[in-house]
Amino acid sequence: MAAISAPVLRVTRLVKAFGGVDAVRDVSFTVDAGELVALIGPNGAGKTTCFNLLNGQMRPDAGTIELSGMRIDGLPARVIARRGVARTFQVAATFASMTVRENVQVALLARAGAQGSIALRAPAAFGAEADALLARVGMIKLGNEGCATLAYGDAKRVELAVAIAAAPRLLLMDEPTAGMSPRSRTRLMEVAASLAKKERIAALFTEHDMDMVFGFADRIIVLDRGQIIADGAPAEIRANAQVRAVYLGEEEPLSTDGTNTSKKMY
Amino acid sequence: MSTLSAGSLLAQLLTGLADASSLFVVAAGLTLIFGVTRIVNFAHGSLYMLGAYIAYSATHAFRGGVGFWGAVVVAALATGLFGAAIERLLLKRLYGAPELLQLMATFGVVLIVRDATLSLWGAEDLLGPRAPGLKGAIEVMGRAIPAYDFFLLALGPVVLLALWLVLARTRFGMLVRAATENRVVAGALGVDERALFTAVFALGATLAGLAGALQLPREPANLGMDLGIIAEAFVVTVVGGLGSIPGAFIAALVIGLTKALCVALGTVAIGSFEIAFPKLTLVAEFVVMAIVLSVRPQGFLGAPPAMAPTTAVPDQRRLIVPPGQRALLGAAIALLLAALLPLISDEYTLVLATDVLVFALFASSLQFLMGTGGMASFGHAAYFGLGAYAAAIAVKAGWPMLGALAASPVIALVGALVFGWFCVRLSGVYLAMLTLAFAQIVWSIVFQWNDVTGGSNGLVGVWPAAALAAKPAYYWFALGCAGLALVALGWLGQSAFGYSLRGTRDSPLRAEAIGIDVRATQWRAFAFAGAFAGFAGGLYAFSKGSIAPETLALPRSVDALVMVLLGGLNALAGPLLGAAAFTWLQDTLARATEYWRAGVGVVILVLAIAFPMGIGGAVHRLLATWRR
Amino acid sequence: MKSLVTQSVVAGCALLLGLLVAQGSDAQTIKLGELNSYKQFPAFLEPYRKGMDLAIDEINAAGGVLGRPLEIVSRDDNGNAGDAVRVAEELITREKSVLLMGTFASNVGLAVADLAKQRKVLFLAAEPLTDKIVWENGNRYTFRLRASTYMQTAMLVPEAVRLKKKRWAIVYPNYEYGQAATATFKQQLSASQSGGIEFIEQAVTLGKIEAGPVVQALVDAKPDAIFSSLFGPDLARFVREGQLRGLFKDRPVLNLLGGEPEYLDPLKDEAPEGWYVTGYPWYAIDTPAHKRFRDAYQAKYKDYPRLGSVVGYSTVRAAAAALQKAGSTDTERLVGAMSGLTFESPFGRIMFRAIDHQSTMGAYVGRTAVRDGKGVMVDWHYNDGKDFLPTDDLVRRLRPMR
Repeated sequence: MAAISAPVLRVTRLVKAFGGVDAVRDVSFTVDAGELVALIGPNGAGKTTCFNLLNGQMRPDAGTIELSGMRIDGLPARVIARRGVARTFQVAATFASMTVRENVQVALLARAGAQGSIALRAPAAFGAEADALLARVGMIKLGNEGCATLAYGDAKRVELAVAIAAAPRLLLMDEPTAGMSPRSRTRLMEVAASLAKKERIAALFTEHDMDMVFGFADRIIVLDRGQIIADGAPAEIRANAQVRAVYLGEEEPLSTDGTNTSKKMY
Repeated sequence: MSTLSAGSLLAQLLTGLADASSLFVVAAGLTLIFGVTRIVNFAHGSLYMLGAYIAYSATHAFRGGVGFWGAVVVAALATGLFGAAIERLLLKRLYGAPELLQLMATFGVVLIVRDATLSLWGAEDLLGPRAPGLKGAIEVMGRAIPAYDFFLLALGPVVLLALWLVLARTRFGMLVRAATENRVVAGALGVDERALFTAVFALGATLAGLAGALQLPREPANLGMDLGIIAEAFVVTVVGGLGSIPGAFIAALVIGLTKALCVALGTVAIGSFEIAFPKLTLVAEFVVMAIVLSVRPQGFLGAPPAMAPTTAVPDQRRLIVPPGQRALLGAAIALLLAALLPLISDEYTLVLATDVLVFALFASSLQFLMGTGGMASFGHAAYFGLGAYAAAIAVKAGWPMLGALAASPVIALVGALVFGWFCVRLSGVYLAMLTLAFAQIVWSIVFQWNDVTGGSNGLVGVWPAAALAAKPAYYWFALGCAGLALVALGWLGQSAFGYSLRGTRDSPLRAEAIGIDVRATQWRAFAFAGAFAGFAGGLYAFSKGSIAPETLALPRSVDALVMVLLGGLNALAGPLLGAAAFTWLQDTLARATEYWRAGVGVVILVLAIAFPMGIGGAVHRLLATWRR
Repeated sequence: MKSLVTQSVVAGCALLLGLLVAQGSDAQTIKLGELNSYKQFPAFLEPYRKGMDLAIDEINAAGGVLGRPLEIVSRDDNGNAGDAVRVAEELITREKSVLLMGTFASNVGLAVADLAKQRKVLFLAAEPLTDKIVWENGNRYTFRLRASTYMQTAMLVPEAVRLKKKRWAIVYPNYEYGQAATATFKQQLSASQSGGIEFIEQAVTLGKIEAGPVVQALVDAKPDAIFSSLFGPDLARFVREGQLRGLFKDRPVLNLLGGEPEYLDPLKDEAPEGWYVTGYPWYAIDTPAHKRFRDAYQAKYKDYPRLGSVVGYSTVRAAAAALQKAGSTDTERLVGAMSGLTFESPFGRIMFRAIDHQSTMGAYVGRTAVRDGKGVMVDWHYNDGKDFLPTDDLVRRLRPMR
């Protein structure tokens, strides 16, 4: 059924409400293979809720989500993950009692469908592949460190390696560069962009650092109070009056500094 | 043959409510303490017992003066002070440690208080006076109801109201609520946590002491009061929703009335079946808990679990290093030494060493569940006992020993699959309490099923095959079996499955996001842990030659918990060290002093405070310092 | 990783060194290995221990047995069968005890009895009341001192028959002892009293009786009489609640063990009056044997004897008599000596029957009363155990051959 021409992700009229308040309202958009799309908006605009709906952590109240033409809405997160949706979290979620390399190894095992195997010895499995992925995100030197002791930015890098270990069709990155120095941010976004291009991954990310958004995104979707108010190329968005109005209300409108996001952890 | 008329139903209702009311007062203290400090206070029953004993002595001291009622006040306050002292001197030192360690420490307090009470007040039950002014009975629909029951009936709501007023109207109450709902917020409010914790602990202890003192007109002060009430109070707390006082009130009512109803129904014939409902009182509260938690995982009024479930085992941020070649070498050396033991020791040492092996396997299976899986179990003895009974019943049915032994992990596995299916839907203390509920249910079935399990007597004549009858032979056999099983458990922890399991523990969110089925993984872990515990149970049965219901009772579960925590939750050799230390300690102290139980308690406390990461963890740290 | 090596080594050492606490044994003394649930049932077992110690003192003062002093090596069995088997092993192998004795709860007693059979060691069960220990699960090496549940129940049955009541309420702790007492009572009463007897049963959880609901249910059931096998805190709660709710008004009550000082004394002036009980009226038994025992006990401890004291004392006396008769500490000869052994106890001459190894120790049956603010037994008489045992044929059928 899946048409060759179908976009990797097609979201149609997605709705999610919490206690009567619509967190996501009638949201529709697509992401194509090889495309790096930014999802931006002020705090509370519904970005993370969107992500949670896309990877199955929450069920939508209405609307559909299609992955390469196949409905995935309503499926549990682990099934959606196996269909090829990987994500990183706003607050990095890693396995704290494992090393950086082991985190990636577990992801690789899961991708191979061997996450439940009692015959395979985990520390010996997919070591080379894990190292290759770590090299890609610049974490090879810290491969033997415990994840609990990592700097925040490093933890986010591990998450990215874990996410791409699944060889996803769709990659969701929730503030991938938070907590990093400006130079590291650029490097990480370069990795993400090259991934999208080379492996034809559809990538969707949220980001508070507007330099990253406008510097790397092929397309930008702007959310405000659960609704899409703009969807277009960076230049179009920059020129959009409604977007400017929304962001003027923010403390740091279209700021290049994403540090204020740290207040908003859940 | 039910004889329930309207009058008797009303009388039973009133009686059940009076029981519920006093149960609520105990549970209110427990839930208050848990809500604020997150401590599962095992010693709450001991505080209740102390309240009764102090009230007894105070009544005698105040004879002619303020009498019983004055004694109640004194007992409540004295118990409150004692509670504050426990918190100040002991628990305060453990707030940074893994949460379960505090549970173990409070268990140490239980042992000490029990022996101290015995030495202070003696062994004989002490019947207190009837309550002055409420000595008689009041006629209701032709039935005499003790006047004191009406007093208790009113007490519960009064305490509920008083607590509500304190919580709603005072600054202290606001801080308690803030701390119960969100510790971070409480910290931001400028709460002095230390002082708040002490105050809350004292208040909870006061309530326990009050309930104990008020029990005196109905029950003699006796040494069984502590463990008699604690399980029930836990159940009420959990069924009501941890930290919720109104929830505890509702739960106490439900449980009090359920029990009264069971007794009132008597033996009822349904078709050709006869159901003796009074026998259900053995386990009624646990059946209620199992049902409630299966339907409503956070109890009646508990807060629904947060997005990322909090586990009861937070000691999981430290990096776990897989065993390398040196560890294998070490294990091989230990095995060799252990195999040589029969050449140099007497038979009794072999008996002890066999115990150590069996308990090490049992504790390891629990460690796999708790440490690797992040699922604390208060009812792990159920699987140990199922295995033991499976072996014993098979032997009695004429199976050869090895066949019977093989049956033990299988039956335990089946049990763990059934119960685990429900348990893995929960997390944290709720999960732990559901495991306890199932364990108690299994225990009560074993305890009453005379034809199959031998009832309270258990089964005897479960001896190993002739070739293994000699102590050295059985020791070697147990060493081989337990050794293989331990290696298998160790391997499991290193396997892809083991890592996935640890992943579900570290971050369920991440695990699901990479395609790991968290519940299925936990369920499988539960089944594995059950099977290994069952195997240990089988080995145990043959080493003792008999098996009785206490094999799967709560104290056995607590023993396993203590062994795991003594050894260290994440140290690979932890359970072995814990089992060895525990067995050796019990054996040595029991010989050295009449008050060996208190001795075990003291050692547990000292170890908890000195080595919060367990003996295994302490060895780790020592070596780290040494290498530097 | 290195630490894991060390951990493993430490574990090995724990096995090897930590457990090697060998103790030398004194060849002079004869060791009696004793185990009991001292922490579980202190109310009964503290007097029991005193009784044992008194007997040991007397025997050793008289020159011991076989020219050697007796010594009791006592262990706490922690109230569970597994630990009991462990300490029993210690008593056998490390302490080189010549026999095992003691135990309280039925399950522990049965487990040790089976161990005795397996290890071929004499076991003198002091307190366990279970009928099975000498019948269904009886074995060559196990002997039991106390009058069993069956015997004591049988002693109360004649009182029940005399009452000529049709509707009986039975309340019992829900485990072996209570179940056996209930079954025996029902069976014997039905056998001795013609006409349809009705039984209403309330099983209560040991130590956790729901006294209010249970008493209320019994009140509503309107029985003619009550048979109870409650003891300890359960009994106290039952008595108080029953008095308040008028359960005992115009209703005869039989209570197994209810007259034992361990359970009657805590009730003080609230002790029920007129109940038919088995027990131990220590203050009123004036046989020479008992007077001598009571005087010695009171002189030594400044306290009066409980039933536990008698059991402890008699157990040691029985063991000493067996050693004397066997003339040796050899187990097989001891077993031979125990069969048919007679010895003097505070209750008079007692015999261990050869047929089932049950002793003929009896019990006192009487009625309760309150005197000077204390519960006592009045109108009592001693029932010799031998008169309340089933026929030899039945015993042979119950007891496994071999």
